[in-house]
Amino acid sequence: MPQNADKIIDHEMLFREPEYQELFANKKQFEFKHPEAKVQEIRDWTKSKDYLDKNFAREALVVNPAKACQPLGAVYVANGFAKTLSFVHGSQGCVAYYRSHFSRHFKEPTSCVSSSMTEDAAVFGGLNNMIDGLANAYNLYKPEMIAVSTTCMAEVIGDDLDAFIKNSKQKGSVPAEFDVPFAHTPAFVGSHITGYDNALLGVLKHFWDGKAGTTTPLTRVPNDSINFIGGFDGFVVGNMKEIKRILNLFGVDYTILCDPSAVWNTPTDGEFRMYEGGTTKEEVEKALNAKATIVFQEYCTEKTAKYIKEKGQQVVTLNCPVGVAGTDRFIMAISELTGKPVPAELEAERGQLVDAMADSQAHLHGKKFALYGDPDQMLGLTEFLLELGAEPTHVLATNGDKDWAAKVEALLASSPYGAGGKAYPKRDLWHMRSLLNVEPVDFLIGNTYGKYLERDTGTPLIRMVFPIFDRHHYHRYPTWGYDGAMRTLIMLLDEFFETLDANTIIPGKTDYSYDIIR
Amino acid sequence: MSMTVEERKASNKALIDEVLKAYPEKMAKRRAKHLNAYSEGKPDCGVKSNIKSLPGVMTIRGCAYAGSKGVVWGPIKDMVHISHGPVGCGQYSWSSRRNYYIGITGVDTFVTMQFTSDFQEKDIVFGGDKKLDKIIDEIQDLFPLNKGISVQSECPIGLIGDDIEAVSKKKSKQYDGHTIVPVRCEGFRGVSQSLGHHIANDAIRDWVFDKMDPAKNAEFESTPYDVAIIGDYNIGGDAWSSRILLEEIGLRVIAQWSGDGTIAELENTPKAKLNVLHCYRSMNYISRHMEEKYGIPWVEYNFFGPSQIEKSLREIAAHFDDTIKAKAEEVIARYRPMVDAVIAKYKPRLEGKKVMLYVGGLRPRHVIGAYEDLGMEIVGTGYEFAHNDDYQRTTHYIKDSTLVYDDVTGYEFEKFAEKIQPDLVGSGIKEKYVFQKMGVPFRQMHSWDYSGPYHGYDGFAIFARDMDMAISSPIWKLAKSAPWKKAA
Repeated sequence: MPQNADKIIDHEMLFREPEYQELFANKKQFEFKHPEAKVQEIRDWTKSKDYLDKNFAREALVVNPAKACQPLGAVYVANGFAKTLSFVHGSQGCVAYYRSHFSRHFKEPTSCVSSSMTEDAAVFGGLNNMIDGLANAYNLYKPEMIAVSTTCMAEVIGDDLDAFIKNSKQKGSVPAEFDVPFAHTPAFVGSHITGYDNALLGVLKHFWDGKAGTTTPLTRVPNDSINFIGGFDGFVVGNMKEIKRILNLFGVDYTILCDPSAVWNTPTDGEFRMYEGGTTKEEVEKALNAKATIVFQEYCTEKTAKYIKEKGQQVVTLNCPVGVAGTDRFIMAISELTGKPVPAELEAERGQLVDAMADSQAHLHGKKFALYGDPDQMLGLTEFLLELGAEPTHVLATNGDKDWAAKVEALLASSPYGAGGKAYPKRDLWHMRSLLNVEPVDFLIGNTYGKYLERDTGTPLIRMVFPIFDRHHYHRYPTWGYDGAMRTLIMLLDEFFETLDANTIIPGKTDYSYDIIR
Repeated sequence: MSMTVEERKASNKALIDEVLKAYPEKMAKRRAKHLNAYSEGKPDCGVKSNIKSLPGVMTIRGCAYAGSKGVVWGPIKDMVHISHGPVGCGQYSWSSRRNYYIGITGVDTFVTMQFTSDFQEKDIVFGGDKKLDKIIDEIQDLFPLNKGISVQSECPIGLIGDDIEAVSKKKSKQYDGHTIVPVRCEGFRGVSQSLGHHIANDAIRDWVFDKMDPAKNAEFESTPYDVAIIGDYNIGGDAWSSRILLEEIGLRVIAQWSGDGTIAELENTPKAKLNVLHCYRSMNYISRHMEEKYGIPWVEYNFFGPSQIEKSLREIAAHFDDTIKAKAEEVIARYRPMVDAVIAKYKPRLEGKKVMLYVGGLRPRHVIGAYEDLGMEIVGTGYEFAHNDDYQRTTHYIKDSTLVYDDVTGYEFEKFAEKIQPDLVGSGIKEKYVFQKMGVPFRQMHSWDYSGPYHGYDGFAIFARDMDMAISSPIWKLAKSAPWKKAA
């Protein structure tokens, strides 16, 4: 009996006790498993070049993809607006998934409702669900805006959100003047970043183009302010704080379009706040007049950026710049757009970052990295790795396309440290497993799912990409700006030092290198 | 100032009335049927269940796909389960349910992997059957040690009219009768996860049992003491800390359904002498089928907390001879000192604490005994996806006046907790941070908050420790208000 009241052990150690080991051995007789030699043979084969070729030849099957579906991005966007309730028109199970997914990453509540469409709605359409759903959501959760998106179900049956919302208003679900921006977000097109783009575009269009034909479209009266759009970002709580700090240092008049950093960072003080922070409706309207919009992640905002440009604004498009040159471009863009000089504090921070990189570059120089995540994040991280003299070797984005790959490869070609690197668009983490087996690297950058690659290939994992479920509070610290780059650098270095220590810790065998000063 | 039962009943009814005021009238009428204060002696909890959720409320429920892939099929470890449709459903359910297993992942075991057909627009327009056909070829090619494949349908599959049954039949034939199971668990079917469980059970009946090759696993010889664990998903190793007790009382567990289970174990099951059923909601269907078709009796059991474990061990043993019965008593006696020590340690800290629960299949009732063993009191409970027979079964566990809420909405749950002021809420990830912000201690009762196991005697010790650590954490004193606020 392994358990005793004075020292209660849980799953980590419990099942290593002899009685459980016996249980596992005993259970095997009923499993009719393959012989161990056969399992070993196939296991070895999955690590071979032959397997890699077969794996890369697959055309239909997707295994362990690094992307989610559109509505997740739409829910993210709705969370970024003040007192806004996210309403997903379609099956309710999807919403349970989005809420769980965000809660597991941020360790925060995530509010969102669904129109709970079932079989009858599949046959007759979901209009009644929309009518009742908007009324319930409005009465129960007292939002000031309801942002509607769709699941694949509603899209397959072809529900028309514009007509449905108008119809619901006629039926009195919500007052006629109540703001209900919407976006069609089919899960079978693009990924969560496409959903971010569509949903944000939906909000902007609603306010700028006359609220679905109910008011006069706004006329742009240009001023000197600038807008900032961050894109889908798992570190948003820390990053938005950092972006605001930078913009405040410049003394710029700015508007963040979509800012969920407060609602995913509410205090524990006895009160649950369903709504907190976020971009207000007035700010959205005002944002039309801005001189320019800085888009931090191009691939999250393709349609939105185009729309803003059409409105007459200048749009500066970045690819999630991390590191010195990337942050320089961001800072220069602010300076150029506003005519304001770069604040001395930021210049000092740049120098401090370069100082830290100079102190530590020797440890990262020539180290090979594999990385996967959203397309913009991959470009930003690749550039930073090149600055450090590290070698980005496999750069993979399941939701990246050919154009993205060309951009990555151009970036790799711009540095001698990129010479051995390659971009992998539309590939998944099972492809990455083959790459890591056949062309090994020193470190892997990715999300929590990367721990399976760490286990299978022994490549140490640095968690820098959404979602991160198995480490806490990373999202509270920035990865953007010079300070964010510092944090990123520390994460890279920590993993390097941890790995080195683990490798040199065996007493009397490897511990001659177990140095106290590194 | 504890209330009498009648006072509590009246106060719970008033609370329900108050909560309903927030809804539009028509909707309040519909919700009213799902909320009640239990009256002792009544055959059920007086609530309607298994009815569509209201649109636009924060229902905690999932869908049929979650019930089939996430619960019943997903944990079967030597099969590849394809999330057939767009990428999302498979992604969000990937590895989130802690169905522990022993095996080499990606080689002979596949539970913590996400296989998807990643539907694109052209698949919606032209149908996905050809793609599925090819996917199965690619799985056979790249994962040759898989012992079977299931096709878990997402919403679009049923809507666009794909014939996954025909594809499955064709491919099974092509691969020498390889087990390939189409499951029509589209998310829009039914009103919750529940229909997904039923559909998944039916798929096992039709596509595993009815197609079994008698020559397969022929070396399997049954004994008079063979049982199968049904409806344990091995969350954090639950099925293992249950199985060990069944083996200790002299039974031979020939299959685990479905946590850490294999297709061979499923196929062995019709040779069992007794099916022991933990999650009634998710697997009563297949248990009833095995009873009708193969004459295997089934018995429900509850392995949460020593009182229920003892009762269940005796009930299971009662189906066998005196040696098993005697061994059951021996096992109960052997664990008692450990259990007594656990209770002696934690009961003084937990005595009288009030708990509100809201979970899925069996836990809103099954865990009550474990709390009571620690001196705690359940003041409210409810199910995400119960049917009336679950509420009937709940009456054996709850006390007169207990607040019962079926398919509770986020709004109702928060209001109930604000008024009742429980010392602990046990529910899921979506609820966890809401209550913690409110300063209410919380434990996840789907995933055991990444702890566990909670089943069996070994699990009870962990359960007791965890409930104590949640309630007694010094954090909650800091959470309520800052010192300068008190001074004001």
